[in-house]
This record gives sequence, C-alpha cells and structure tokens, in this order.
Amino acid sequence: MDLFSEYGSAILTSFGLTLRLAVYSGIFALILGTVLAVFRVSPVPVLRFVGAAVVYTFRNTPLTLVMFFALFGLAYQLGFNPAPDDLYENNFRLAVLALGIYTSTFVCEVLRAGINTVPLGQAEAARAIGLTFTQNLRHVVLPQALRSVINPLASVLIAMTKNTTVAVTIGVVTATGVNEASGQMKTMMENESDQILLIFIIFAIGFMILTLPIGFVANWASKRFAVIR
Amino acid sequence: MKFQKIAAVAGVLALAGSLAACGGNDDTGSDAGGDKIKIGIKFDQPGLGFKEADGDYSGFDVDMAEYIAEGLGYDDDQIEWVEAVSANRETFLKDGTVDMILATYSITDERKAEVDFAGPYYIAGQDLLVAADNTDITGPESLDGKKLCSVTGSTSAQKVKDEYSKGVQLQEFDTYSKCVTAIEGGQLDAMTTDDIILAGYAQQSPGKFKIVGAPFSEENYGVGLPKGSEDRDKINDLIEQSFEDGAWEEAFNDNLGESGYTLPEPPAVDRY
Repeated sequence: MDLFSEYGSAILTSFGLTLRLAVYSGIFALILGTVLAVFRVSPVPVLRFVGAAVVYTFRNTPLTLVMFFALFGLAYQLGFNPAPDDLYENNFRLAVLALGIYTSTFVCEVLRAGINTVPLGQAEAARAIGLTFTQNLRHVVLPQALRSVINPLASVLIAMTKNTTVAVTIGVVTATGVNEASGQMKTMMENESDQILLIFIIFAIGFMILTLPIGFVANWASKRFAVIR
Repeated sequence: MKFQKIAAVAGVLALAGSLAACGGNDDTGSDAGGDKIKIGIKFDQPGLGFKEADGDYSGFDVDMAEYIAEGLGYDDDQIEWVEAVSANRETFLKDGTVDMILATYSITDERKAEVDFAGPYYIAGQDLLVAADNTDITGPESLDGKKLCSVTGSTSAQKVKDEYSKGVQLQEFDTYSKCVTAIEGGQLDAMTTDDIILAGYAQQSPGKFKIVGAPFSEENYGVGLPKGSEDRDKINDLIEQSFEDGAWEEAFNDNLGESGYTLPEPPAVDRY
C-alpha cells in the first residue's frame, strides 16, 4: 500500500496524460481517417492515389518509427515545432500528430469496409434524385457505413489508447515531469524493483479502466444504431 | 486413400520430430556451458558495458567483471555476457538468468532487500554533460530555461528540477544515445546522469562534449549477486585487490582515459 501513498497522485496524473493523448489523437484520427476514406472512394484519381499513398505508408510503418520521426525528423531536422517555446507541449503535439496519422489509416480502412456494406442501390438512388458526390456521401452512404462499423472502429480506438504508450519514445511528460502511463510504470519499476508484479497489475487495471468503457459503449451503440435491412 | 492417410501421419510425425529436435538442440546448447559464469552487463553504455559492432564487449564494468571472474577461477571464454537493462537486474539475479551483475548498479536499501551486493567498486556522482563550447552551464543551479535530457525511469533529471533549477525543461528519452544526438545537434542543452556514464559518451567523440564537473550526488556502484551468495566475501577481496594491484585504474584508463574526466579515489568496500 506504500506504493499508493507515494505514487498515487503520479499514477493519476500519468493516466490523465495518457487519456489526453488518447482523446486528442482519437479526434484527429477520426477526422483524418474519414477524409482519407472519402479520398479513397472519390471519383478523382489523384485523390484516390493520395489517400492510398498515405494509408499504405503509415499503416505499414511501425508506430515507434513514426513517433521517432516526428521528433527527430520533423522537429529536429526540419524545424517543425508546433510549440517552440514549450518543450512539453511541443512533444505532446508531435505525439498526437504521429499517433493520429498512424491511427487514421486504420480508421480509413474500417470506414471503407463500412462503405462497402452499403448496397449499391442506395448510392444509385441518391444519384438518381440529383445528389452530388459529397451530398451522397454525407447524407446517404457515410451515415449507414458508420453505423455498421461501430464495433471495429471501437477496436481501432482501443488499440490506439494502448498505443499511446509508444509516446514514451519521445518523452511525452507533463510540465511537472510526470510521464504518460508506460513511462510512469518504468519509473516506478526502476525505483521500487521489489514490487514489479503489483506495479504491472496497477497499470494493467488502469488501461482496462480506460479501454473497457470504449467497448461497452460501442456494443450498446452498435445495437442501438444498427442499420436494419 | 489409405496411402494418403499414412503419408499424412508420417508428415505429422516428421514435423513433431523436427520440433522435438529443435528443443533438444536448445537444451544441449545451454547445458554444454555448464562450467560458465553468466554476467549481466549493459550492452549500450559506451565506456562501461558496451557490445561492439563485431560482437566483442568493452568497458570499465566489463574489464572489472573479467577481473573478478578470473579471481573466481573462470577464463575469459567461460564468461557468458547477458544484457541486463536497469529494470531487469533484480529479476535476473533472482531467477538465475545471471550469476552476477556489473551494470552501473547503485547499492540502495530497497535493492539490498532483494539482492546482495559486493563492493562498491566505484563511487559515481550525478553530473551534467554539455557541448564542448558551452560556457553558461556551470552546475545544476544554472539550468533555468535550459533543456535537460535524461532517460525515462531515471529520477536524476527530476531531482535537478525539484532541488536546483525550477525553470528547467525536461526531455526524457528511452536511451542516452538519443540525448547525445540531440545535444550534438543543439536541440537540447545538457544531459544528466552519473558522471562515469557521461564520461563514456564524452570518450566516444572526444572534443565534442565536456562534463561540467560539479557532481551533486553519490552513487555506490556494486556487484549485484543473488541473495545469500557465497561468493560475496571473495568478490569483496578481489575488488580490494584490484585497487591495490592497479587493475582498477587500468580498467578505467583503458575505457575512459580520454574523456577528460579524472579518476577519483577508490572507494572503501562495504562488508555489510
């Protein structure tokens, strides 16, 4: 129990940072993933090519590498610093950028699979009543596609929440110096080497508290919003 | 039909046989070295415990380990080097993955509860490494507004922030090499850890870095042993012997002599 009195607030802070990483990256990934999916089904060849290129590049690159490149490549070599005066915020934003782009490729492919579940007749009918490509996607195809992929999307978001641990490669910490969860775990293991098992369990439970609700909500939502055909 | 069945069974048996053979090979592989000593070192700390590109091992800890192993009756080719990263050290000693550890292993009371220590064989102190042309960083108090690097899981940088320079910004990486790269490129100003570890990096590219030379902590590096090890007294003797016959100084000079960091006095061995 010493562990809690000594590290309790640090553990909470670290999961708070993990949660912030997950929320920002999740929003970014959902938006960018939708845009990529639209690119990939669009009638314009250039857009289809760009969409496919982004997906194939980032989906097939290890996240550690993407994360590492964000700091050492983008920030250090190319001078792209989203918050040049604040080291912590800078690293945080770079991590969100890396994790967001990486996850967006999975979001894109899930959405594309969803689009394929919408019967062709729907899109054809929409075209027949004079909807443009954008209107067609927005009002007819995407809403149905989204509703059929709620569960796989939740899996992507759960994987992403766990992937926030990779941010430790570029040292994402709060201004008070507390790491995100995996870094905090490493710190505690280094200092309290006699309680490694307990530390593991604490962090495993912490992540389950973050990810289990995503699954529950998705299960409920996918029933509630199921497309009945 | 029948023939196909037999062939299938034979195929499965052959597969199982090859798997079993695999396992067998592994066993003989480790059993063959029954007379070996397994020593845990760092593989990634230049000047202390480092695995060279050609597969050789070098460093102060490595030389000390060889000296101790020799004193215990093991030749150099009877030593099996095992990588012991900081978080694994106690576990490796407890489950018998290694017989002893020399890996910049500080003697602390928490660790003493888990494992035994011989030594210390070196007293290190926390210090700062900066670019060679840096003049405005003179100690841990002069870091306000600077960017300081250390590795995740180490409390050394946090200590600087809490006790010396509130305005310092901390960058944490998973390895020190990344810190070195960033300091060399000018993106970060300093890195902090034990002076002898910093010396290892300074030694790697002489002239590019310097150690500030104002240590502000004391770390006693010991030889980690499984709890209740019978070799502890023997190893303590060997460590004292290495101070007297010059082997200790030689190990330092061979590995860290060009780092611009001078060898302190040998510590007193603590036979607790």
